[in-house]
Amino acid sequence: MNTPTISEGQREIPGIFFGLAATTKRDLLLAWKRPGDVLNPLFFFAMVCTLFPLAVGPSAEQLEFSGPGVLWVAALLATLLSLNSLFISDFEDGSLDQLLVSPQPLPMLVLGKTLAHWLTSGLPLVLVSPILAITYRMPLSVVGVMMLTLGLGTISLSLLGSIGAALTVGLHRGTALLSLLILPLAMPIMILGANAVSLAATNDIYSTGIWALGAYAIASLSLAPYATAAALRISNE
Amino acid sequence: MTHKLSGDNLTLIRGERCLFEDLSFALESGSLLILEGRNGCGKTSLIRAIAGMLSLEEGTVYWDDVPVEKVRQTFHGSLVWLAHRTGLKGDLTLVENLGFERSLRTHSRQDPEEVYERLGISRLKKLVLRSLSAGQQRRVALARMLLSDVPLWFMDEPFTNLDREGRVLVMELVEEHCSKGGMCVMAAHQDVEIKVPTTRVKIQ
Repeated sequence: MNTPTISEGQREIPGIFFGLAATTKRDLLLAWKRPGDVLNPLFFFAMVCTLFPLAVGPSAEQLEFSGPGVLWVAALLATLLSLNSLFISDFEDGSLDQLLVSPQPLPMLVLGKTLAHWLTSGLPLVLVSPILAITYRMPLSVVGVMMLTLGLGTISLSLLGSIGAALTVGLHRGTALLSLLILPLAMPIMILGANAVSLAATNDIYSTGIWALGAYAIASLSLAPYATAAALRISNE
Repeated sequence: MTHKLSGDNLTLIRGERCLFEDLSFALESGSLLILEGRNGCGKTSLIRAIAGMLSLEEGTVYWDDVPVEKVRQTFHGSLVWLAHRTGLKGDLTLVENLGFERSLRTHSRQDPEEVYERLGISRLKKLVLRSLSAGQQRRVALARMLLSDVPLWFMDEPFTNLDREGRVLVMELVEEHCSKGGMCVMAAHQDVEIKVPTTRVKIQ
């Protein structure tokens, strides 16, 4: 076999978006092959939302009043549930080490992973939520607002959660710690989201909440990947 | 173009134990560095420290005479690491796994089929990694090394799980890589016979 010589920088390292796209693609492929990981949080979300009316009683007034809150709490908890596995398998099989010694900037690779996480956890929640919202007698106009807040909120949750997941990756059974770390940052998202939906339901001005959620999402998008990358380097030492 | 990897007075302390102290080495293109020592003496830690994943207590690692922290991307772009844990996804097939690696670093112009053939893994292409034996997974990790076009190879116990032919093959590959102007850092506790200029570092 003729073996070509090493080409000393004639060809370049693939661009940063290749790294991002490749990690996203790989994680989506993994999710596709193990659908259980995707379905578990979704199932949890649906269970909480359907069980709640059974417990508090089916009166229309009560359901309309509690709907936004219940949906948001369930969405927050479902996202927290799915965050734990974000880096664990990479850590265990050594692919995290390989990512750390790759020439691609780590924040971009992390962003790729987080994007895949949102596509497999946040987005399904958003898509399923209208069905559940209807059981809470939510009018269609409010359902749209709820989907928007859930969409923006889960983006922030995935990004913020990736920091916590990175910090706790080296600890076994770090789930409780992860939740504790993330909750203070996640609480405002839930409050803003649930409030905006409640305001929309009473025909009040709700746009403030949406803008605030958008700002939160942008801030997390620009800061979280760096924090996560730094946290991964520390916990993988 | 030749490269140079060197370490100067490296000291690493993990917990309360000092793994190595004032360890220095230098490695140039075309040569091999073998890290020797018993189990648990810190060979893997040394490789991780050189690769910049562990922070050293003291000392600096240089790539082409520049501290690696200053040229992290160039340095990482010049190395590939065969770790103890292969870093391959058990749920993906060989081709999917290696396809992912391709988008991370520069890849060689060599035909992948030839590489698979040589490593004896071409008939495993469609199988998920989980269903392969440990030795076969090791061979896939070797394919990742061969398919990336980088001068510096880190090999942590490359002979683990491999059969006799596999071990001979690894030695051949290292020999070939070094004769092409590459270099290799290998942690090994077995006798390694490779006909290239070799430096040995013993960790106490």
